[in-house]
Amino acid sequence: MFDIDKWQEIFQAIGKNKMRTFATAFGVFWGILMLILLLGAGQGLQNGVQQSMLLDAINSIWIIPSRTSISYQGMPSGRDHDFIEEDLESVDSEISGIEFMSPENWLEGNYMVKRQNRSSGFGVYGTRADYFDIKVTVKTTNGRRLNLLDMKEKRKVCYIGSRVAEILFNVDENPVGEYLNIKGSMFKVVGVYKFEASNQRDQASRVYIPFSTFQQIFNPDKSVSLFAVTTAPGRVGKELEADIVKLLKIRQSIHPDDDQAFFVHNQEENFKQVQALFTGIKIFIWLVGIGTLTAGIVGVSNVMIIVVKERTKEIGIRKAMGATPSSIVGLILQESVFITAVAGYLGLFLGVVLLESVNYALEAMGADIDFFKQPEVDFQVAIVSLVILVISGTLAGLFPALRAANVKPIEALKDE
Amino acid sequence: MLEIKDIHKSYHLGKQSMHVLRGINLKVNEGELVSIMGTSGSGKSTLLNILGILDSYDTGTYHLGGHLIKNLSEGKAATLRNELIGFVFQSFNLLNFKNAVENVALPLYYQKVSRKKRNKIAEEYLEKVGLTQWANHLPNEMSGGQRQRVAIARALITNPKIILADEPTGALDSSTSEEVMNIFKEVNASGKTILIVTHENEVAAQTERVIMIKDGLILSEDYKTSHV
Repeated sequence: MFDIDKWQEIFQAIGKNKMRTFATAFGVFWGILMLILLLGAGQGLQNGVQQSMLLDAINSIWIIPSRTSISYQGMPSGRDHDFIEEDLESVDSEISGIEFMSPENWLEGNYMVKRQNRSSGFGVYGTRADYFDIKVTVKTTNGRRLNLLDMKEKRKVCYIGSRVAEILFNVDENPVGEYLNIKGSMFKVVGVYKFEASNQRDQASRVYIPFSTFQQIFNPDKSVSLFAVTTAPGRVGKELEADIVKLLKIRQSIHPDDDQAFFVHNQEENFKQVQALFTGIKIFIWLVGIGTLTAGIVGVSNVMIIVVKERTKEIGIRKAMGATPSSIVGLILQESVFITAVAGYLGLFLGVVLLESVNYALEAMGADIDFFKQPEVDFQVAIVSLVILVISGTLAGLFPALRAANVKPIEALKDE
Repeated sequence: MLEIKDIHKSYHLGKQSMHVLRGINLKVNEGELVSIMGTSGSGKSTLLNILGILDSYDTGTYHLGGHLIKNLSEGKAATLRNELIGFVFQSFNLLNFKNAVENVALPLYYQKVSRKKRNKIAEEYLEKVGLTQWANHLPNEMSGGQRQRVAIARALITNPKIILADEPTGALDSSTSEEVMNIFKEVNASGKTILIVTHENEVAAQTERVIMIKDGLILSEDYKTSHV
């Protein structure tokens, strides 16, 4: 297999026929480079879209009361209808198929969150422990998140975002165990989180406190601004949403056909659309990719056919000197495989380098583009494409090479 | 040494068939310098292809150096061609990306002789044709006569049973032709059998025997000695 003499023969042919080598190599190089850049850009698009659109668990449903649009049971349209805690309890007890559920209330008006001599205006939110199973991009980096006991005992504890920790604490301080002053009440910090969807920075500037504590201290009328649930496995999100809305309409005396009484954000539906978008992007990328690859294959094949034609005389000479047809075919194919593999590898390498540079530049500049993030390429796909290109180039060369090897030397050597 | 008996060869083009060789008998002894003459279409090229194991024949027998050349596989034909025959062509047919030494050494590449060894042998043969100083030149840096001498060295390097030369002086002027013919005569004098296909009377006149071919048959075999 490894025949130094044959390789020397091949390297000599490659080196002495630079134009031919370049023509073969460039087709493969360019095809692979374009494919890598394309796949990388597509992946970047997908990563960007994914991060900017999927903030919550994919099976979450957020329900926010809005104004009614149809008058019903003597009440006019355009009516506000806040939730009360009993509405949530009713949903929780009467509707099956809910995995996690949490209300969300927040402080309104002007106030500061203070600590020693520092203060800033952060959003203060009251939620249950379940909340962090719904908003999955909230990740604890230090301490713990809010739990059921906090809720049950109405503890004055808080779970703060990374921005809050940065502003109210020194770098070398551990916020956990320290106290924050919120509207005159002291809350003990039990944990710090980071918010992973980076394009929603303000969500890292929040202070979460137990819902029960929030209601007791800040919200004596027991209203609820909004709530979220996640669908238990086996339950269809769309159906759960319909069941919840139907129950709430009865409880709040809203016309059954009033579609505008609630603003519902069903992530599952949203996710389906995003999935459809990704599928669309993927199909597009693959279509263009296959197109690029085909163009590369056609280019390499053409060059191979021309190369073999150009070498007809050489083949004739070699045959007259005692070369067997198989040694002729072997020489041509070994050369073409070598050139296409090296050129393809260079294209692959340069493509990855370019993608990484773009990635590095984006990160270094701190650029936060909503729909483009971390362009990367599936290496397996890239290698498979390279192999396909090399094999097809080889096959394209094989048939003219076989034909050339079987031409009678005297015919091949005829003067033109 | 070389003997063909009643060789027939037809080419089939669709339903038409062309009977090119109609029963050729020929014997060439070791050390002979023979020329084959004939007009185009006489069948001399076909005969040369058969003698060079580059083409097959229909009926008859062909023996070369003790081997029966008949129904050989491509691989076997290539091996025998390499061992038994040295070719010299009208248009030299050197590989233009290889220098003189590498061109001369090419047949030994197909005998799996190491690069170093075959290049050394090639230099010896280049010396025999007086081209030592041109060893590292590419063919396009040489004159026609020099190229043909490289080709002759290449034909000789495997020490073949016979040299087949197809119009070896066809692309050369008369003085260079003379030079090349002198080399052929020297090689012949050292005992090598040479068969030259030509249409030039001056070339044929320098050989010991002239074989005239017409319409696929041998018209005459004139021994030069009989003329003198």
